[in-house]
Amino acid sequence: MSPSPIHPQQSCSCEGFTRAEMLRRGAAQAGRGLPAIEPGMPIPAGTGLSRRGFLLASAGLALSVYGAGRLLDPAAFEEGIARAAENPDQPILVSVYLQGGIDAMSVLYPAGDPLYTKYRPVLALPEDAGPVFSEDPRLHWHPQAAPLAQLHEEGKMSVLPAVGYTDPDQSHFTSRHYWEVGATQADLLTGWMGRYLDLAGSPDNPLQGLCLDEALQPALATARMPVAAIDTPSSYSFYAQGVWGPPQAIMYDYFDTLGRLGAGSGDPALEQSGKAALMSSTLRKQLLPFQPASGEKPALPSSYPSASDAFPTRMAGIAQLLGAGLPLRCVSISTESVFDTHDNQVASLGTGLGEAAQTLYAFQRDLEARGLADRVLTLVWSEFGRRPQENASGGTDHGAAGCGFVMGTRAAGRMIGEWPGLATGLDSLGNVVATSDFRGLYCSLLEQWLGHEAGPIVPGASGFARMQVVQ
Amino acid sequence: MARTRARGPARRRPSSYHGALPVYSGPFKAEQAERLLWRAGFGPRPGQAEQLAKHGMSGAVRSLTRPASRALAGPPPRLQNGEPLAPYDVWGNDVLWWLDRMVRTSAPLIERMTLTWHDWFATSNEGVDSQRLMIAQNQTQRSLCLGSFPSMLTAMTIDPAMLVWLSGAGSTKEAPNENYAREMQELFTLGAGNGYNEIDVREHARALTGWTNRWNQATGQVEDFHFDPVLHDNGVKVIYGHRGRFGWRDSLRLVLSNPDHPKHFVTKLWSYFSEEPLSRKDTRSAEAIYVSSGKRILPVVEAMLMHPLVHAGPRMVKPPIVQIAGMLRGIGRYIDTDAWVWESTLAGQTPFYPPNVGGWEAERWLNTGTWLARFNLAAQMIGQQRVAKLAAGATTNKEPETVDPKALAKQAIAFWGGPTLSKASRGALASYAKAAAVDSATASWEREQYPTLALNALRALVVATPDYQTC
Repeated sequence: MSPSPIHPQQSCSCEGFTRAEMLRRGAAQAGRGLPAIEPGMPIPAGTGLSRRGFLLASAGLALSVYGAGRLLDPAAFEEGIARAAENPDQPILVSVYLQGGIDAMSVLYPAGDPLYTKYRPVLALPEDAGPVFSEDPRLHWHPQAAPLAQLHEEGKMSVLPAVGYTDPDQSHFTSRHYWEVGATQADLLTGWMGRYLDLAGSPDNPLQGLCLDEALQPALATARMPVAAIDTPSSYSFYAQGVWGPPQAIMYDYFDTLGRLGAGSGDPALEQSGKAALMSSTLRKQLLPFQPASGEKPALPSSYPSASDAFPTRMAGIAQLLGAGLPLRCVSISTESVFDTHDNQVASLGTGLGEAAQTLYAFQRDLEARGLADRVLTLVWSEFGRRPQENASGGTDHGAAGCGFVMGTRAAGRMIGEWPGLATGLDSLGNVVATSDFRGLYCSLLEQWLGHEAGPIVPGASGFARMQVVQ
Repeated sequence: MARTRARGPARRRPSSYHGALPVYSGPFKAEQAERLLWRAGFGPRPGQAEQLAKHGMSGAVRSLTRPASRALAGPPPRLQNGEPLAPYDVWGNDVLWWLDRMVRTSAPLIERMTLTWHDWFATSNEGVDSQRLMIAQNQTQRSLCLGSFPSMLTAMTIDPAMLVWLSGAGSTKEAPNENYAREMQELFTLGAGNGYNEIDVREHARALTGWTNRWNQATGQVEDFHFDPVLHDNGVKVIYGHRGRFGWRDSLRLVLSNPDHPKHFVTKLWSYFSEEPLSRKDTRSAEAIYVSSGKRILPVVEAMLMHPLVHAGPRMVKPPIVQIAGMLRGIGRYIDTDAWVWESTLAGQTPFYPPNVGGWEAERWLNTGTWLARFNLAAQMIGQQRVAKLAAGATTNKEPETVDPKALAKQAIAFWGGPTLSKASRGALASYAKAAAVDSATASWEREQYPTLALNALRALVVATPDYQTC
């Protein structure tokens, strides 16, 4: 599908990152440029309170969380804390999607396979380019994946070198859909994590399934329980021109009034809009503590890479939300880098892989520093691997089995499945055959990590071999 | 915006096509005309729905499908500094160039169909990296938007932006790139898994080889897109059981004559006009219109727009860029800022930047992130010029002149050009007006000022109603 840079020495994703950053900067500047206080306003102009501060002060709710100027809605916050506190050991699953079908044969490249350079005359990496994968010395880590190798050495990273499913589909949409719904069924409308939340979640906590993105990711799609999407935790504020004081506070209450009108209308589109209003309203209250005072920028722990896209900031935001005790259970996030490397793979893969690996590493360290590491397991996946035979554009086309990872201090830390080898491990179309099934992985995560039987969540669960994912 | 993903039942070879689509015969008043203008355009200008209703339903549809004029009316677009747009050169000005057409056009269906084809053959400047090529593709789609679909497919297959985006340029007999061949079948003509298999993907890819281009190092531009017979695979291919030394035109001919194509075409096209799928019978009738017309788009669109489900069926969520253009039309504002570029991104739809080759996903238009963006859009639309201001010295206010809750709600609705809202929504707005402007005002300055604040909040709340976000 995607972006095929045909400009020499240029990766399309670089352009993308630049643009996305420009957009975010534009939004931030416009936000600052909007007036905080209307002329003629009698109180509390000139008192130095931020707009956000004024809003809450007007409702009698001025409380500081992180320092002066940051204010919260104690009712919503206390509720969230209380819910999490009821179950302090509640496990959290973070799903990280590497967009576009990452080339597993570059992430863990089979330098020790005699056929490697035959299939990859242009793309093959030298044997000594990256660290050896200690569980199978035929494989080496891509140099940009070194942070993952480090976590693996520490026993915090389970590697699936060839994960997939039988009868692989090479369409991005179809294969990604399968992974998201947890079955090779085209017609499933709920995500696999969404179905878990439908059975184990609560009806009044949209943060239990939180997607750090502009839109909800399908893996979290539920049938009954609320879930939420948010771009970044610090950006969720509503603004209306020329409104303040009680008329503003009451305006926020009417989000719920209008939302209920839509949600109860019986028309699917009105319901969709009404539910979005209700969830937005709930989320606004829950995230009030994270609104930076005007002019302030939330600090990013220094260990995260300073990338030009939102992925590191969003991952840091997850740790921040968890650190604040908010009741997150399943979290879904995608890289902004697209790994659909049909062309010019050397340039386009390295940057994105490096950023992803450094971010995952920083996230793990962040959780460890916050004392949360034993509660969080991170699943890393992509819709497929790429074809071993490189194409003539310096890239690779869609393949079958790809790589996956389970990261965390509680991860088993041992290889799941194996690298099948290029001599005998390819199917009739020349694609890598899976040595582990993602549905078995989901069943194992549900049973061993989330403590829920897989049967009602993963169709045909009893037919998939379980793997040890938690130590 | 919509994607057809259903796997069809058994292959079916229609022996003969017959029938016509049912025609809406209910009342056609301003309310129905307003909906038609949203579904087949970008909403009414003030008074336009009343005007259109006078033509009767079929007259109204024909005035859209066979516009008397395609002229742009109103002041030409400019940036906030007063400068004209530079659509080829300045970031975001391409988006504004098109948004301006959506706002000023006298032929809204032409622009709306152009948006449909942009979604259908979704190409992103993220991968193309040339606003010039993107705008050229857009002009092609506009000129063919109601013509023949085979012409459209032909033009898109060899369109330079598409050749870059889906790797058609540089796909050679030594290494055919499957990118375009796959998406052509999966997304453009047949639907995932309908009427083709993996071998057909590979064979189409071979037939489509030979397109190439040059990169001008001096200008940094890609140019000179052409077919080079030396790069073409002249060998025998087998596609859908047919054997031959197929070239790129044969590839298109074969996919267009695939028996699964008409159903995909009408199903996908219909999804842009209605949430509710066509019945089996109506799908067959629409296929009949399509096939018997020589695969022309106009007669199918015309018949679809007269279908009862368009006028009396369930509502649809307005696509974000449609809502933005419609808000501008409703308040009589023209392009005078580039704010709409990042606003559209926050709302989930930036023209020329679809998320991937599948286009935008309509089922994800509304979530907590995009709902926030739609709400904040109102503030940007109103701006400093249009906000109801408190009078200096706080004696009496210019606006509003009334404190009657119902009248305040009516004024706020009229601000947006008088969109039709349900009685329940109007009641909720009036109840807000009472709570904010009357009940919460006790001090005399509050009684003077709160009606103004409430009017401003009401304008934002109109945009937050489920009625306004749908059509």
